[in-house]
Amino acid sequence: MVKRLSVLDAERCVGCQSCMFACARRPGVGGLESTSIWVKSAGGIRKGFAVVVCRACSDPPCTKVCPTDALVNREGGGVKLHAELCIGCHNCEEACPFGAIFWEDTQNKPEICVYCGYCANYCPCDVIALEEINRPVSNTLDETKAEGEASHAQ
Amino acid sequence: MLNNDPISRVLYIDLARRSFSIQDRSDLFEAGIGGSGVAIRLLEEECPPGTDPMSPENPIILAVGPLVGMFPLGSKAVAMFKSPHTGNLGESHAGGRSAVAIRMAGYGAIVIRKASVSPVYVVVEGDKVYFRDASALWGLNSAYTVGTIMRQNEEGSGMRTIMRIGRAGEQGVSYASVITETYRHFGRLGLGAVFGSKKMKGLVISGQRKLPVTDKRAYRTLYDEIYKVATESELMKKYHQLGTAMNVLPLNAIGALPTRNLQQGTFEGAEQISGERLAEDYLGRRVACAHCPVACIHLAAIRYPYPKDPYFYKTSMIGYDHEPIFAVGSLLGGTDIRGLFHLLDEAEVQGLDVMSMGVTLAWATEAMHKGLITTKETDGLSLEWGNYAQYVEAAKRIVNQPNDFYKAMAHGAEKAASIYGGLDFALTFGKNEMPGYHTGPGCHLGYLTGARHSHLDSAGYSIDQKAIAKNESLTAEGIASALLEEERWRQVLTSLVICLFARGIYTPDVVQKSLALVGFERSAAEIAAFGADTLHRKFAFKLREGYDPATMRIPRRIMETPSPAGKFDEELLRKAIAYYAANV
Repeated sequence: MVKRLSVLDAERCVGCQSCMFACARRPGVGGLESTSIWVKSAGGIRKGFAVVVCRACSDPPCTKVCPTDALVNREGGGVKLHAELCIGCHNCEEACPFGAIFWEDTQNKPEICVYCGYCANYCPCDVIALEEINRPVSNTLDETKAEGEASHAQ
Repeated sequence: MLNNDPISRVLYIDLARRSFSIQDRSDLFEAGIGGSGVAIRLLEEECPPGTDPMSPENPIILAVGPLVGMFPLGSKAVAMFKSPHTGNLGESHAGGRSAVAIRMAGYGAIVIRKASVSPVYVVVEGDKVYFRDASALWGLNSAYTVGTIMRQNEEGSGMRTIMRIGRAGEQGVSYASVITETYRHFGRLGLGAVFGSKKMKGLVISGQRKLPVTDKRAYRTLYDEIYKVATESELMKKYHQLGTAMNVLPLNAIGALPTRNLQQGTFEGAEQISGERLAEDYLGRRVACAHCPVACIHLAAIRYPYPKDPYFYKTSMIGYDHEPIFAVGSLLGGTDIRGLFHLLDEAEVQGLDVMSMGVTLAWATEAMHKGLITTKETDGLSLEWGNYAQYVEAAKRIVNQPNDFYKAMAHGAEKAASIYGGLDFALTFGKNEMPGYHTGPGCHLGYLTGARHSHLDSAGYSIDQKAIAKNESLTAEGIASALLEEERWRQVLTSLVICLFARGIYTPDVVQKSLALVGFERSAAEIAAFGADTLHRKFAFKLREGYDPATMRIPRRIMETPSPAGKFDEELLRKAIAYYAANV
């Protein structure tokens, strides 16, 4: 089964951004240059936080606008990037309604979650988790909530 | 340090010319590492002897350290400047997003020189600096609104901090704060007034970049060790569960909670303002600084009805900690939670340091009781313990300064008491108002000698409490040497820059290992010597600017009100100060 990163409950998020630092640290560097997950204030910190990350759509809008088929659908949901084909046109970034495609300026390529779950190991508040995609029964309350939170960041 | 680490870059901003330059200062960071160690060196370079703190010549220095953006709880930025409140060394630390944003913008330090002729806010986006007209923002009622507007106007990708002042900073209140991300502050010693004197309403900093390490695998391993302790050990539990407000009840139980301007060390209403009670009844959200999984920031959700309009309510999210609760709770003798939080919120709206404000209001309340001031001075207000409606009005007047009395109050308890009397119960140390611990001679010696006059300088309260637990009596030499030892080590942590709440995690061994991973190979002895040297430099700056340990004022009140460590006298304190000054 394929997996994706789920936002279980953004209301529990304290905004420590440990997930972002984890994603950026995977290649063994510090800082925040390349991260596929962002925690943003939901309009000022008093209103809490939104977690923005690829939600592995079953019918992703981002792949439809890729002119070179660098970004393609992953079987079972989500996307895969063939970076060598990418021409850096930003179409995918603009197509994602959640703003979950970030940009890596040095390489001029999109920065998209690869569903590894490394970040979830560093969430101290159980906000995010790597879960198996199980589409037929996925339309639960939690799922709707995660969608709502992500779009709230817009 | 590593060649490709941007830590050695210093951004110099000239507000008069609206220009900037970026310089590599590897020399500075090799010697000073970062944070306090670098900031004091920059202050030595930038601040000539005798500088008027409110003049354009007073520099603002912001510094971060090599562990920021690398390891958990490397989350603090250090500000140094000459304090308009004390007329001496100003050092204030803030969390929020400030430290990581400065590091991600690609700087180890930012130096702000001179003053703008008209209101401005400065935007730093990586290597670009913009000067935005802030005339329309000058005079806005609420610092919350200022933050909202800057957040909406500025795009800035990556990690971002929004530092701004309220009207207190514009009006030159000498203990005005700089607010960062709403709930964290460069709170103490008046950085907000220095911003105001430069006509700088805000400073927005953003950026995004990677940071190099010497050994990728060792970096991730050490990161995991630190992260595990930070999230799983008992060391940090108190900070993320009840937060610092968990100190209220234990301090009250031993008689160390300053109450009604320290006329007492116990407060009969302590339970009502305790961390336990606030969490139970009001805790609305917990929040973290960037890169800190501990999340010690506690926000109370308080619903205020509109008195004349039924079915209209306002729900405010107001930050609380031990120090604000002490300063406007026990010290002002109040248990009316809505009122107490209204006063905390007013401090946030105006951009006042809540601790200095509370202690100054406590002096004024006692001065009114004793007849030193009347409603003529207070502009009609009857300052009475626990009467928050009057305190909120007084806070507004401190900012608006309608008469000579409030002009004095705008410079703190010592200034007001030097004009109206009552110095014996003006709870200031080197002109800075006290924090919320009355544990014994150790804490007060810390306030008298410490570089920031903060309980965090040297943890005197901890020396007192250890002595109380062991039933030992404290000697002048014993206290002073313990304070020195602790304060020297803390210079290391505040140079890296590690949050002092993580001092139990960042042991000398962890500090040495983590520094080595970012290219600062130092022996344990070198690190210790660096801490001692940094403290020595700060003390030398203080002496240069007129700090006189032999003659500094000791408020009589602290020796009159019994402490849990017993009564202590001026002779003990004077001896300990002399020992500290001779050995620093």
